[in-house]
Amino acid sequence: MANLVYFSNVSENTRRFVEKLAIPSERIPIHGVLNRVKPRMPFLLITPTYGSGEPRSAVPRQVMRFLNEQFNRSALRGVIAAGNASFGASYGLAGDVIGAKCDVPVLYRFELAGLPTDVARVEQGFARFQLIAEES
Amino acid sequence: MKNRRPNSGLSRAVNWNNIQDPVDLEVWNRLVSNFWVPERVPLTNDLPSWDLLAPQEQETMLRVFTGLTLLDTIQATVGAIALIPDALTPHEEAVYTNIAFMESVHAKSYSSVFSTLCSSVDIERAFLWSETNEHLQEKARIVLRHYNGSSPGKRKIASTLLESYLFYSGFFLPMRWASERKLPNTADLVRLIIRDEAVHGYYIGYKFQKLFQTLDRSERSELHGFCLELLGDLHRNEMLYSAQLYDECGLTGEVEPFLKYNANKALMNLGFDPIFDSDETAVDPAVLAALSPRMEENHDFFSGVGSSYQIATSIPTNDADWDF
Repeated sequence: MANLVYFSNVSENTRRFVEKLAIPSERIPIHGVLNRVKPRMPFLLITPTYGSGEPRSAVPRQVMRFLNEQFNRSALRGVIAAGNASFGASYGLAGDVIGAKCDVPVLYRFELAGLPTDVARVEQGFARFQLIAEES
Repeated sequence: MKNRRPNSGLSRAVNWNNIQDPVDLEVWNRLVSNFWVPERVPLTNDLPSWDLLAPQEQETMLRVFTGLTLLDTIQATVGAIALIPDALTPHEEAVYTNIAFMESVHAKSYSSVFSTLCSSVDIERAFLWSETNEHLQEKARIVLRHYNGSSPGKRKIASTLLESYLFYSGFFLPMRWASERKLPNTADLVRLIIRDEAVHGYYIGYKFQKLFQTLDRSERSELHGFCLELLGDLHRNEMLYSAQLYDECGLTGEVEPFLKYNANKALMNLGFDPIFDSDETAVDPAVLAALSPRMEENHDFFSGVGSSYQIATSIPTNDADWDF
């Protein structure tokens, strides 16, 4: 069984995107207990990008703490990055940082809460991912 | 939690060691780390490129930048300041003063471009144009009406639409030209402005969402309706404005998807769904690439501060560093 884990901060943009997907998902909490989030193996991660354009601060610290768990890191198969192209070179940078750290592909990038086309593409991609995950 | 307790007559000092909303501090820090001044961008390097532009193109750029200057002036002296009385925390008030100052830096930076590239006669003529252009004046009138109105929600909607949407009929030109290697340093300066406006739009939009959560269903639907109507009015005006600016360069058709693309982002900053799908927001990929250059496609590092410039961090050396 594949699964989808996401983080969304106070702007709630990523949550609005994920809620449009016809995919069961689990949210990494902004505050509170992290170890309640138990991804099913293997899973994909959707995260927004933070900070001033430095790779060091691009990944939300809640997501960092989540990935610090060895099990979570090993079950991660790919990352989808939200961001804003107005931030120039750091658009979706969190995806690149996680991709490099965890050695997984950055599967998709979208802006803010995404457009219907982004929702459709991620649903298609996720369906393929699930097929492959079930076969393996 | 504002700086004046109602009816007490006492003033309160802002205490940054007692934060009610962590986003205030995050955004403050972000704005401070993004701070820049136009003097750090090597605009004179654009002189050879400027001289290659046709006189018509030069005039278009002057007009576009005086239009942007007007919006920055309004946001600095009215828009951001008008949000202060509605603030929920003293730190939110401080963030608005930061936004207001930065908008003044933006307004001044266009004058740096002018003084570097243009003659004073041309500058005077362009400013006169901005004062007499009906569509530019109309967009100023529309937002100012809501800035000076009685509804904090509508004020924030108008402010977010200015930050995340109204600038883009102007930002389009330097991004279009950057994709053709025209005025690359001016484009870098505009990218710094775009980055700042993105933080402003995010923050004001977030504060709008906080307000929105406290409203009942009918108030919410009224504000959502107001937002879409205001966007519609502004968009009609922007199309007329764009046609006046860009018809002669043949670029008007390209501006519309760029405006819709940014209208979506303004709506999402406010927590609303985007209203245009990708078929209507198909911006030329060259323009998008100019908006969002990757680090590796850097500008000439040695010539100065670009939008992807980063101040180097240093670490102390130790003996092992010298063990060859």
